[in-house]
Amino acid sequence: MSDPWVRWDWVSDHGSDILAATRQHVELTAIAVGIGLAISLPLGLMAHRWRRSEGPILGFTGALFTIPSLALFALLVPFTGLSRTTAEIGLVTFTLLILVRNIVAGLDGVPDEVREAAHGMGFRPLGQLVRVELPLALPVIVAGIRIATVTTIGLVTVTGLIGQGGLGSLIIEGINRDFRTPLVVGSAGSILLAVLADVGLAATARLLAPWSRREAGQ
Amino acid sequence: MSLPGDVVTWFTTGDHWRGDFGVPHRLYEHAVMSTAAVVAAVLIALPVGIWLGHRGRGGAVAINLANVGRALPSLAILALFQQAFGLRGWPGFGARPAFVALVALAVPPLVTNAYVAMRGVDRDVVEAARGMGMTGTELLWRVELPIALPLVLAGVRTAAVQVVATATLAAVTAWGGLGRYIYDGFGQRDNAQILAGAILVGLLALTTELGLGALQRAVVSDGLRPQQRRRSTEPVVVTA
Repeated sequence: MSDPWVRWDWVSDHGSDILAATRQHVELTAIAVGIGLAISLPLGLMAHRWRRSEGPILGFTGALFTIPSLALFALLVPFTGLSRTTAEIGLVTFTLLILVRNIVAGLDGVPDEVREAAHGMGFRPLGQLVRVELPLALPVIVAGIRIATVTTIGLVTVTGLIGQGGLGSLIIEGINRDFRTPLVVGSAGSILLAVLADVGLAATARLLAPWSRREAGQ
Repeated sequence: MSLPGDVVTWFTTGDHWRGDFGVPHRLYEHAVMSTAAVVAAVLIALPVGIWLGHRGRGGAVAINLANVGRALPSLAILALFQQAFGLRGWPGFGARPAFVALVALAVPPLVTNAYVAMRGVDRDVVEAARGMGMTGTELLWRVELPIALPLVLAGVRTAAVQVVATATLAAVTAWGGLGRYIYDGFGQRDNAQILAGAILVGLLALTTELGLGALQRAVVSDGLRPQQRRRSTEPVVVTA
């Protein structure tokens, strides 16, 4: 119990390990959110355009979201091993509900008058989607990306249990060796990454979509 | 033998159903811990969220609580609380820190959700109730709460499923529950045990979701039902 919360000599001795763990954490998160977005966009468009598919799509991604994270990783381990693939499949799975829901809600929020005006101006369906509807839906979609990213950064720590995990592996090391310093460093690092990602994405969204400033506070 | 066969064998082995390491005891641990944590979190969070929503105060704090909560990695919180509150050498010493951590993780989204649910009550309805001469207390109990109830309960359901999931992780920080099968299975490279644990945890989460969903439908006022069939998909909200 006399173990201090942080032993700074350990921190300075393990600077490169901490850096490598942070880099892996960012990579795991970026890949998961990227692939999640690539899957969610078509799913969200489909749910928005073809209303009958909305219930099944949201129901399915919602059911996936209900599976406890450790259980999902555990279901995959016998097939894909203690590997990065296992980690990414699990992480991507948990982004889908958040991303799809916000893509659908964002597109639903585009006023009908705007759609009609765009149609009247001669936009083809694809041009209208890319140049009118998606930009207007952007604030809500970005809100989804922010939540998915922050959630994923937290979940990456769990993938430490299957030998991945970035900063999560420091947390696991702290638990297994009953040594507080890596535990505190890993936890603080993960929280810091989450905050930075959230603030960074919010700032990027304001740059990309200056017209969203008014709605962003919703 | 094949993996599905191994899993069936695992479930049909009598030893896996007896004693402190058996499924009934692990399930009991998991269910009692999760229920206790959800009840405690609800008792702390709902009065705060509902009161803030009723008074229309502290909105920025109430809404951002969930954002802050999301940034906290649950595994880290479990481990940190175990370091802070764990008593080495006591039987079941992981239980108390796990309980405190589960409550701490469940409170923020519950407060936010209750606040949002209360603020979502149509202002015209609130004004009409005031115009009818209702006092603040009457307004709260007889108008706002019944209307906000479906959303409040939806939040409780989400929180409960989350608690069941996080309690699984508590196996890593020296507690029992169904997560033990998964975590011990990782350590022993025992795929059948890992899958059995995952199936049991998944079923418990699903039961929680469906059970509380049924409860939610049972207690919602009949007068509110038609309005609930709105078409629009609710986004997951974040504040800037």
